[in-house]
Amino acid sequence: MAPVTSVGADSPVDGIVATVPIVLSLLVAVWALVAAVRHRPPDRVQFVGLAVLEVALLVLSVLALVAVGGGDRPGEPGAFFGYLVTLVCLPPLAWVLARMEPTRWGSAIVCAVCLVTPVVVVRLQQTWEMLGG
Amino acid sequence: MVETGPARQRTNSGPGRLLIAVYLLFAIAATSRAGLQLATKFDEAPVAYLLSGVAALIYIVAAVGLARAGHTGRRVALACCSVELVGVVAVGILSLVDKDLFPDETVWSQFGSGYGYIPLVLPVLGLIWLWRTRRAPA
Repeated sequence: MAPVTSVGADSPVDGIVATVPIVLSLLVAVWALVAAVRHRPPDRVQFVGLAVLEVALLVLSVLALVAVGGGDRPGEPGAFFGYLVTLVCLPPLAWVLARMEPTRWGSAIVCAVCLVTPVVVVRLQQTWEMLGG
Repeated sequence: MVETGPARQRTNSGPGRLLIAVYLLFAIAATSRAGLQLATKFDEAPVAYLLSGVAALIYIVAAVGLARAGHTGRRVALACCSVELVGVVAVGILSLVDKDLFPDETVWSQFGSGYGYIPLVLPVLGLIWLWRTRRAPA
């Protein structure tokens, strides 16, 4: 994994490790939105997208945990770990609900969750930098 | 759909499932935020944090109500959506009129502007959905 290019404090949730899941999530959201508009149930692309997104988020989490293990501390620890746990649960949530709903609304669910994910990533970054930055 | 028995569309399928998903997201967001605030800095803004807690509880119960989809589920969801709508409007107005009442943000402050006004839209969609599913031939 590429080294973290961070601004100011060396946050482990900044740079490419955060950009990749954000971009990925938005791509899946757009794809799912198109599917929902076209009355299409969640397709392979959406499920694969969710899986890849989950992997990207797990990489992000592991790097964050490694940084915490190495002595770094987030600005708001409680909120930071809350967001981290929430974050890795989002793609599986979308996956399960989309499987239960094999209609256009399943695609809409994938779209909604993939729009929320980038927000949570940004909030995660903010809770790390609260003190350091 | 011409079936005998409960002919009304169930609240937990189709668009309803999307609604439940969004309710779940808000339940998670509000619960973790309220839990953290109540646990770590309750004294700073007790009214705001207790309100966040109540809001979180309502989102959870509404999600469960919609998901259960039975007669009771519908009533529970109806009650939750109504309370939510009244709550978000009341707190929205109060937070504009008297800023001291809510020194810290809640889910419902400023009509939920911190959450993209979704807290304001959500109960309306919930009520519309309950209404739509009720109108299916009984």
